[in-house]
Amino acid sequence: MFDVLDSHEELLKGAWITIQLTVGGSLLALVLAVLFGMAGVSSSRWVRGLNRVYVEFFRGTATLVLLYWFFYALPLVGFKFAPMFTAIMALGLNVGAYGAEVVRGAIISVPKAQYEATIALNLTPTQRMIRVILPQAVSLMLPPFGNLLIELMKGTAVVSLITIGDLTFRGKEIQQSTGETAWTFFWILVFYFVIAQVLQLFVRFAERRVDRMLGRRPSRDTSLATVSASAAGTGVGG
Amino acid sequence: MEWDWQYSGDIMPDLLDGLKYTIIATLLGYVIALVLGLVWTLLRRAPNPVVRQTVRWVTEFIRCTPLIPQLFFFYFVILPQVAPALHTVLPFIDFQEPIAAGVIALGVHYSTYTAEVYRAGIADVPRGQWEACTALNLPRSRVWTDVILPQAIRKVIPTLGNYLIAMFKDSPMLLAIQVVELLNASFQVGAKSLKYLEPITIVGVLFVIVSVISSILVRRLERRYATV
Repeated sequence: MFDVLDSHEELLKGAWITIQLTVGGSLLALVLAVLFGMAGVSSSRWVRGLNRVYVEFFRGTATLVLLYWFFYALPLVGFKFAPMFTAIMALGLNVGAYGAEVVRGAIISVPKAQYEATIALNLTPTQRMIRVILPQAVSLMLPPFGNLLIELMKGTAVVSLITIGDLTFRGKEIQQSTGETAWTFFWILVFYFVIAQVLQLFVRFAERRVDRMLGRRPSRDTSLATVSASAAGTGVGG
Repeated sequence: MEWDWQYSGDIMPDLLDGLKYTIIATLLGYVIALVLGLVWTLLRRAPNPVVRQTVRWVTEFIRCTPLIPQLFFFYFVILPQVAPALHTVLPFIDFQEPIAAGVIALGVHYSTYTAEVYRAGIADVPRGQWEACTALNLPRSRVWTDVILPQAIRKVIPTLGNYLIAMFKDSPMLLAIQVVELLNASFQVGAKSLKYLEPITIVGVLFVIVSVISSILVRRLERRYATV
């Protein structure tokens, strides 16, 4: 059972790559989500169109297809990137599209009276966004963002198929060299599970911070709406 | 490099062969996910706390870990053990085939998601419905089959539809255990002539088209069962 852990150096190296991909991918996804999410509530039809095109296209493709396309097809038309960079691009672009829908949905869900109040107080559009709308929207965004973070972390396993040495890839190597098939994959899954639990702790901490900042009490129940929102198929808030 | 239309046409039969496996994996996996998800949900309401907690952590574990190592686990570890037994029950299926492992792993993985969906749907049924059942002295089984589940499932149909799309998009991962589904078919065709651009691009475009159409359908479902 614990023989596999003799190769813990290999496993830790793999886990480190997985963590790097998760952090890199989620940072890219976050930037894209905020940019395109804000574009989705713009008053200009063209900017909103930009949001639709990005979201529909990158939400529509599977991460693995995108990754293969970047890795095998793009070099043939003259674009060649390092594998890690390719992987972070594919993961970030894909999850960013889901994130953009979360951001857009959250901004729309802020009660309309809040907009009206900012107009009554004569705040500029920038002040309105930064001081009133976004802080309230963030508390709505965090739970679905937490789900997306876990999805992204799970998504990193596809990079093992383009020969990046992440946790899954090392697992395959250890399985071939030791023949300990069952225990190797068991421990690999346990590693992923631990990473996921740590990420969830971070997200819960952030949720509590934001709720306290807004003077709200955190709600624990998962309602039908939040479960629907985290479905990877389509976005939130229509 | 120029786009080669002649070549694109020539590879279509191979891609359609791959599409067949993608559809089989998605639909059969979805059936497993729908049924097993409901089983998880009902077990999480079992009177025995050991059963409840075990199911809770097992589903949490499956949901939080990636599909690809799970595919390896099913294909290399679990199925070789249980294949002979399963084969006697369903003699027309060869459970040693990668596609069988793929369907089962995909189904089990997504059953942990559908379980959450059912759970939320059941929690959303108004308390009064339960109380009415008690008042009418309905037997436990009829409470579930005639009162709670019909209302709960109706509400979650659009969300369950989303997971069908999600499973379709995760099906390319089956190439990790050598299932020749759509993406793997395109990759193998490309490897023959070292022309990857056309096959992989066609597959990517196909995925976008199918996903966009199906998300429009799900939105229509949402309007029809307008709840969330």
